Amino acid sequence: MAIELTLNGTVQSLEAEPDMPLLWAIRDLAGMTGTKFGCGKALCGACTVHVDGQPVRSCSFPVSAVAGKSVTTIEGISTDGSHPVQVAWRELNVAQCGYCQSGQIMSAVALLEKTPNPADEDIDLAMSGNICRCGTYTRIRAAIHKAAGSAS
Amino acid sequence: MNNLFRNVSRISRRDFLRNTGYAGGGLIIAANFAACSSDKALPGGNFAPNVYVNVKENGDVEIVCHRSEMGQGVRTSIMQVIADEMEADWDRVTLLQATGDVKYGDQNTDGSTSIRKHFDMLRNAGAVTRQMLVNAAADAWGVPAAECRGLNHAVHHEASGKSLGYGELAGHAATLRVPEDVVLKSPEDYRYIGKPMDLVDGMAFTVGTAAYGIDTVLPGMLHASIERCPVIGGKLVSVDDSAARAIAGVVDVIQLSDGVLPPVFNPLGGVAVLATNTWAAQRGRAALKIEWDLGANASYDSPAYRKTLEASARAEGSKILARGDLAAAFAGAAKTLDAVYYAPMLSQAPMEPPAATAIINADGSCEVWACTQDPQTAQGVVAGALGIEPAQVTINVTLLGGGFGRKSKPDFVAEAALLAQKSGKPVKVTWTREDDIRHGYFHSESCQYLRGAIDADGNTTAWLQRTAFPSIFATFGPADGPAAMELGLGCVDNPYAIENMQIESCKATAHFRIGWLRSVCNVFHAFAANSFAAELAHLAGRDPKDYLLELIGGDRHVIPADSGGEYDNYGQDIGEHPIDTARLKAVLEKAASMANWGRTLPRGSGLGIAVHRSFLAYVATAAEVSVSDAGALKVEEMWTVIDAGTVVNPDRVTAQMEGAGIFGMSLTLHGEITGTSGAIVQGNFDSYPVVRMNEAPTAIHVHVMPSGARPGGVGEPGVPPVAPAICNAIFAATGKRVRELPLRNVSLA
Repeated sequence: MAIELTLNGTVQSLEAEPDMPLLWAIRDLAGMTGTKFGCGKALCGACTVHVDGQPVRSCSFPVSAVAGKSVTTIEGISTDGSHPVQVAWRELNVAQCGYCQSGQIMSAVALLEKTPNPADEDIDLAMSGNICRCGTYTRIRAAIHKAAGSAS
Repeated sequence: MNNLFRNVSRISRRDFLRNTGYAGGGLIIAANFAACSSDKALPGGNFAPNVYVNVKENGDVEIVCHRSEMGQGVRTSIMQVIADEMEADWDRVTLLQATGDVKYGDQNTDGSTSIRKHFDMLRNAGAVTRQMLVNAAADAWGVPAAECRGLNHAVHHEASGKSLGYGELAGHAATLRVPEDVVLKSPEDYRYIGKPMDLVDGMAFTVGTAAYGIDTVLPGMLHASIERCPVIGGKLVSVDDSAARAIAGVVDVIQLSDGVLPPVFNPLGGVAVLATNTWAAQRGRAALKIEWDLGANASYDSPAYRKTLEASARAEGSKILARGDLAAAFAGAAKTLDAVYYAPMLSQAPMEPPAATAIINADGSCEVWACTQDPQTAQGVVAGALGIEPAQVTINVTLLGGGFGRKSKPDFVAEAALLAQKSGKPVKVTWTREDDIRHGYFHSESCQYLRGAIDADGNTTAWLQRTAFPSIFATFGPADGPAAMELGLGCVDNPYAIENMQIESCKATAHFRIGWLRSVCNVFHAFAANSFAAELAHLAGRDPKDYLLELIGGDRHVIPADSGGEYDNYGQDIGEHPIDTARLKAVLEKAASMANWGRTLPRGSGLGIAVHRSFLAYVATAAEVSVSDAGALKVEEMWTVIDAGTVVNPDRVTAQMEGAGIFGMSLTLHGEITGTSGAIVQGNFDSYPVVRMNEAPTAIHVHVMPSGARPGGVGEPGVPPVAPAICNAIFAATGKRVRELPLRNVSLA
């Protein structure tokens, strides 16, 4: 079936089975590969995107559920990497392999939109769904605080 | 450092600053000087003195990274080394990733070798480039090369004030003979080496353009998902694919030949579903009805195997190191202690599961894009699978979304190539997380028996260690126990100055594909040695850190061969890279000092410490834990000190230590792979949990020891001390001695 959605600000129509996870629709049908596959069961957060501003695990979110909604991926939070979260990530050289970082950044952006100055407990709550096997957590935490500071 | 620059600046300071990279780039400088001279005209053209560097006519420089990037920062580090020695302007360098090709030398990115084994070669590649550009300028100006100097993307002649940009010189340099000997820069002149340069891929990582193995897209490509036999060595009996073929998007179902034993790096076989998208391939695969003949390894069950392994470790093994009179020492001991340490199988579980894309060209050649740690081996395995020559296989190396040893094994790359050949279409194979965890090359399960003796003064007088684990070598051929190379990973290289010591190797049979995981056997050897050292300290009524320092003993170079031990020192000369107890003690003392060792902690909290040399680097970690009355563990904070000799990028070394702290915590707290009837039980991050943000310590403090010593490894050596540091901290907090991993199987209440 054809599913119409707004993807990073552009209205698109994707021809997909209704139960196809949004992740595969974004990657294989829309051809945007910044959103990553890590587990397929909403356990690791690598696939995190925003649907109408809310973070969702796109690997476990049917594409039919975004019909008429607005989906934002890592490619959509800025055109040039200038979002304060992206800048903070680079300034602290957070990434190691980088694979999970799209999802980490998407979770962090959603956190800061809701809680502009998060406490460590807020960060634990918002970020514990995102696994980083390289173990960059201490820098992720620091980058979120830094981005919060620069945004305020 | 830079008298030349000052002299040149005096001549025309404003112009010089405006026209060089110091103040905003550009190559007009060459025209400024060349125009007013009678120097010989220089030809245009590019200059590639070796396979790692290309200086273009316009002055842009390409540097080739021939090692795989999996988070260790090697792309940044390699660019630092070459750009520094050639005196290139960082902003004018583009980094290219090498394909798999013998012309680049060793590309196998494992063993923490990229810098420790290649530092000199990379420096030389840069220095040759610089020297030849200097020679070209000297020739053009008719002055001795010794009067000229390559500095920040240009060659300068002090006496005349002349200067030519690297781009102007490239064409002429390309005509010159490559010098056999070049002078490397003095460390005090380093521009990038030793500096915390930002990641070259920093922007790509944060905007979603970083391209991994899973991200390759080829026109007309099919997506494949493969159902494999749950037991290694099993065979396909029958498959009913009618339901799979009925699923929208499924294009084909292809059988792959059964895997063979020993498994080596070959595909496991199975049934592949090819579809127009990944989801359809996965759904189609789920609809397959397959009957397997599970084969002999279906006899494996983890609880029974653990008993067998422990029995093997408790019995006398073959001596791999012996000194003194062990029997006499035990007979005359004031106290003795014995203990068995157990650690389970582990899965590397990189965040990006194995993924590769292949196309077969009209001429029968094959091109692959893959997240491989070892592109040359991938080239050979793909060629073997397809029945073509390695030269007909191009391996494009993508970024790796983590590796940890898993992506050294190119079985998944060969799967993509085989399916491209059989389907006649480009094919991308994407492993699911369950595929990754169930069909991996597992870190070996291990049992170690330790027996120690102390005298009336509390000194350790005897140390017996027996180690039993199935060997990585069983993946490649017959092997019924540990190999010498594996015993050299933290066991036969024991640094303790104990007069009577014996180490034995005990048999163990492999029932899975055994592979290497970040720091390999050092994980369980360091766990046992550092834990047992703390146990002996307790038996002697001593502080564990002080006692560990005493066990390590006086400043000396430990030579396993003096006690009959076979030891290859990570493939490097033990004279250049000794087992230096002074360095081992120095990192231990520094970590203790950073952790404020000896301070009073609240009830239920404790500090633990461990130190281990691996991959030619010395790492000590102190951990502070708290354990609630209900037994809930929190690792509050960690302090890690590394002495890796000369380091290229201290920030990446720090990052590796932070990451190793988390990786080590994951295997300490949670990591466990088990089998039932030969099939792996765990499948995803619910059954194979890893540390998350809420479990991470509030801080992992890292100190990188300043050192001019030969470079050691960095990617792996941070892992081994973590488990014993945490377990020793638990003992300090609770009085409970943990002798098995992971902690989730141990009650701390």
